Parts: sequence; structure tokens; C-alpha cells
Amino acid sequence: MSTKLTTFLRGLPVSGRIGLALVVFWLVVALVGPWLAPYSVGAFVDQDVFSGISSQFWLGSDYLGRDVLSRVLWGSRYTVFLALGAAMIAVCIGTSFALLAAIRGGWTDEVISRAMDTFISIPSKIFALVLVAAFGSSLSLLLVIAAATYVPGNFRIARALAMNLVALDFVQVARARGEGSVHIALREVLPNMIHPLLADTGLRFVFVVLLLSGLSFLGLGVQPPHADLGSLVRENISGITEGALAIIVPALAIATLTVGANLLIDALKPGGKA
Amino acid sequence: MAAPAKTQSSLAKLAPLIIRRVLSSLLTLFLVSLVIFTVSGLLPGDAAQEVLGQSATAEQVAALRHDMGLDRPAHVRYVAWLGGIVRGDPGMSYVANMPVSQIISDRLPNSLTLAAITAVISTVLALIIGISSAINRGGRLDSALNVTTLSLVAMPEFLIATLGVLIFSVKLLWLPSIALVTPEASWSAMLRSMALPVFSLTCVVVAQMARMTRAAVADQLDRPYVEMAKLKGVPFSRIVLFHVMPNAVGPVVNAMALSLSYLMGGAIIVETIFNFPGLASLMVNAVTSRDMPLLQSCAMIFCATYLALMLVADIVAILANPRLRA
Repeated sequence: MSTKLTTFLRGLPVSGRIGLALVVFWLVVALVGPWLAPYSVGAFVDQDVFSGISSQFWLGSDYLGRDVLSRVLWGSRYTVFLALGAAMIAVCIGTSFALLAAIRGGWTDEVISRAMDTFISIPSKIFALVLVAAFGSSLSLLLVIAAATYVPGNFRIARALAMNLVALDFVQVARARGEGSVHIALREVLPNMIHPLLADTGLRFVFVVLLLSGLSFLGLGVQPPHADLGSLVRENISGITEGALAIIVPALAIATLTVGANLLIDALKPGGKA
Repeated sequence: MAAPAKTQSSLAKLAPLIIRRVLSSLLTLFLVSLVIFTVSGLLPGDAAQEVLGQSATAEQVAALRHDMGLDRPAHVRYVAWLGGIVRGDPGMSYVANMPVSQIISDRLPNSLTLAAITAVISTVLALIIGISSAINRGGRLDSALNVTTLSLVAMPEFLIATLGVLIFSVKLLWLPSIALVTPEASWSAMLRSMALPVFSLTCVVVAQMARMTRAAVADQLDRPYVEMAKLKGVPFSRIVLFHVMPNAVGPVVNAMALSLSYLMGGAIIVETIFNFPGLASLMVNAVTSRDMPLLQSCAMIFCATYLALMLVADIVAILANPRLRA
């Protein structure tokens, strides 16, 4: 196992290793961060607002005198888990439709593809804004909205992958053997497209992080008392004139997470960067 | 004599292809309008209730519902709504008590100016970055540019905008952090106030555009004719400018049109941060105030623009690729 891991790491370009390190770092922070937080997330602990680095407050305090480090540790949990959840839901739904369309073919494929083409013609942020306006933005709704926004993109990729596989001999043989659609989808087609699908899940994760933190930044995403990294940037925006850490740290947190994931995915692409 | 006859026949072959593509876009736009109307019509709270507030009596709400036409069946409302949008008169805003068309026509030119300036700057930059990394393929410059554009693609718009404000208006005091665009403002004042929004949007768009340009040019560099020209001893700069670029124009324009669609997502954040009086910040306000007629109209304008960009990209691809004409 460990030798496998080292050969894997050796195979990665430097940018990929940096990406991997950043992604692992943020996953760990999201998992254990809240236990490491020195203060309670909502506690007003500093008399000063927008204070700088001190031994008491490692990353300073925010616009209400709360500890920035603690809030970022909590915020990253919302950002990472909401995005992971939404990306996985989007890929499950999109891929299921793609398998159905590719294996059934005919008018099933026509109808599903036409519908997905329609949804993909609505820019994702616009679609998310319309959904938020119509339904609101509780945490579970945000999860569903973010997932719904990225289903069509995943469908398009998964359908192209599945279409190529369905034409191959082993699928034809399975059909001739009399296997059902479910067997063909899950045992013949899906295992052969799992790698590109995982890469696509990673990309959707980056998109969802950007979408949700953008919505939160506009005040339309995660609502108080919950706060993801985007909300942290928004609530401290008045500190920008003094260049407060309370605004820079969460913004950099989002950027390192998404940039890291993007570098990692790019490095894992088959053929590398030819 | 032979040449014009040939172009005419290929045009005759192309026309139906392009017409089919245009019709398909119109069909998609129609379906999009259906989606937007359905989603935003599913509102849990009734619009009439929303306008009157909690204290309104049931009769008042019923009367306003009737006035607003909300008591008609859904398909009748949809036809009326779509007709209004097509005629350019989508009705009254719930909140501002003004015709939606008037609010939008106040804002649209600002957004178009912003988009046009950004498009010009990012196209030039993307061409320079894309071509120089394609001809240095595998080299230091290429991998540096690759990591830079990859990082920029994944950077949240508000981080770029915030850093821009921090550097240029807080630290250096060069530029205003809020875009005040008024008709009376002088050209130089207007350009200064648009500088930061344009800078942020350019960063958003240029990375994607440069990556796609690089891919298109690199694809041409792999073709046998480049090898041939090299063997003949044609200087490399000449190969790139006179052999590769004419062939890459189609894919490059296609890439430009596709990446310009990133402008719309970016504009939503950037216009809001800088208080820029454009269409995207208008839409965000419409979401906050749940002003559905305004929101629907903005969404339709964005979707129509997006589809138009995709259409241009596809038509350029058809015109540029002889194999697609067959």
C-alpha cells in the first residue's frame, strides 16, 4: 500500500502534489477543525474589532470581536461538506440519467437529452439565483439547488462516456446473453467509466464551492447563525479599508481549496498536460 | 468562373445546416422560458400576499390577485407572460412600481459597456497568452502559464475583486472602489470608475479563454503541414502567423464565444461588489426583494445572451470546419 502511494506521488507533477496537499489539508480541517477551534464559534471574545495577529487570537478578530481562526475552522466544514454532498448528488443523478439514456437509446435518450440541453442553456449562477428566489436558502435547500445546478453538466459528460462504451463488443455480448438493463448499466458500463467520472466529481466540487461561496457572499447563500467561508467574507466586508485579516483569511481559504482541487484534477488527467 | 460557383454550392450546403442550428436555439430558448416560468411560479408565498404584507385581509389579497391576473390558469399566465417578454413589455415590477422594461433599459447599456470593454481586453490578452504558451509547449513558460490560468479559473470572483480593491484603492489610492456611472460623468471619470470591475471580470474570463486558445493552436501545431513547412525551412514565426493562425481562427473564435459566457456568472458578483448599476446587480436585488417579474426578465435576457453566444460559437465552428459541412 505504502509503495503504491509513493509511486503515485512520484508520478504527480509538482503542481499536482501541491494540489493534493491543499485538498487533504482542507478535508482534514473540515473534519476535525471544530474540535481544534480555540473559542466557541459565536462567542464575542475580543473587545477590539478587526484586531491583528496576537498570541491570544492567532488570526485576529472579526467585525464583532469574534475569533477569526475559530470561525474559519467552522466555516470550512460548511463549505467542504455542502460542496462534497452536492457534487456527489449531482453526479449520481446525472450519471443515472446518462446510463438510462445511453442504454435505452431511442426516444428515451431524445427526451432526456433535450431536457438536459435546456437546463444547460441556463447559466449556472442565473439558475441558482432563480431557484433561491423561488424556494429560499436553508442549508438543505442550498444542497439541493447546488446539486440541481450541476446535474446537466455531469449528464452531458457521462452520456458521452456511456455512449462510447455501449457500442463496444462486451456490452453487445451482455445484451445477447439476455442481461437486463440494470445489470448492463451497473456491471458492464459503469465500472469502465468510473475514473473520468471521479475526475468530473472533483470538477463539480470546485464549481459548487465557487457557486455556494458566491451566493453566500451575495447574502443569498448560507444564512446566520450558520456561516460558510463565503458568509465570513461578506460579514467582514466593512473591514476591507483596513485590510483586515477577517476578510482576507476566509477568502484565501476558499481560493486555496478550489485552486488545490483544480491543480490535482489537472495532474490526474490521463496523458497529463500534453 | 469556377471559383464563385464553388462558393455558392458550399454556401447552399451550409445554409440549411445553419438554419437548423438557429431554429434549435430558438426551441431551446422557448423551453428555457418554460423552465424559468415554472420554477419562479412555484413560489410558496403568493405574489399578491407578498405585495400587501401579512396584515392584508383575504378580500384585499383576492382583489389584488385578480388585478394581477394571478387567478388565471397557469398556461394562460404563461402565454401572457411570454407574449409580454417577446413584445418587450414584461409588466410592472412588484417592488419599484415601475415598468420592468424601463428599469432594464436604464441598466442594460451599463452592463453592455462593461461587457464590451472586458471582452476586447480579455480577447487580446488571451490571444497573447494562449499563442505564446502553445508555441512553447512543454517548456517553462507553458507550465508556468498553465498553473497560473488553472489557478485563476478556480479563483472565486469576489477574491479577485476584493484583492483589487485592497491593492488599487486602499493601498495605492489609484482607483475608486465603487463604480459611480452617471450620464453626466466625464469619459475619464467613467473609465476610472470602471477600471476595477473590468480588471476583475477580465481575470475571470481570460484564464478560460487562454486555455482554450492554447488548445486550439496546439492542435494545429501537431498537423503534418506544420512539419512540412518546418522541413522546407520556413521560419517558425512565419509558420505560426501565416500557416497556423489562419487555420486556427475557427476554433479560436469558437473558444472566445464559449468563454465569454463566463462573463455572465462573473458579472453577478463583480457588479454587486462595486455597486455597478448594471443588469446583474439588478437581478441580485430582484432576488433579495423577490421581485419576480424583474427577476424573470433579467434571467431571460441572460439566457438569451448565453444561447446567442453558443450559437455564434457553433456557426463559426461549422463555417471553419469543412468536414462539418459534408
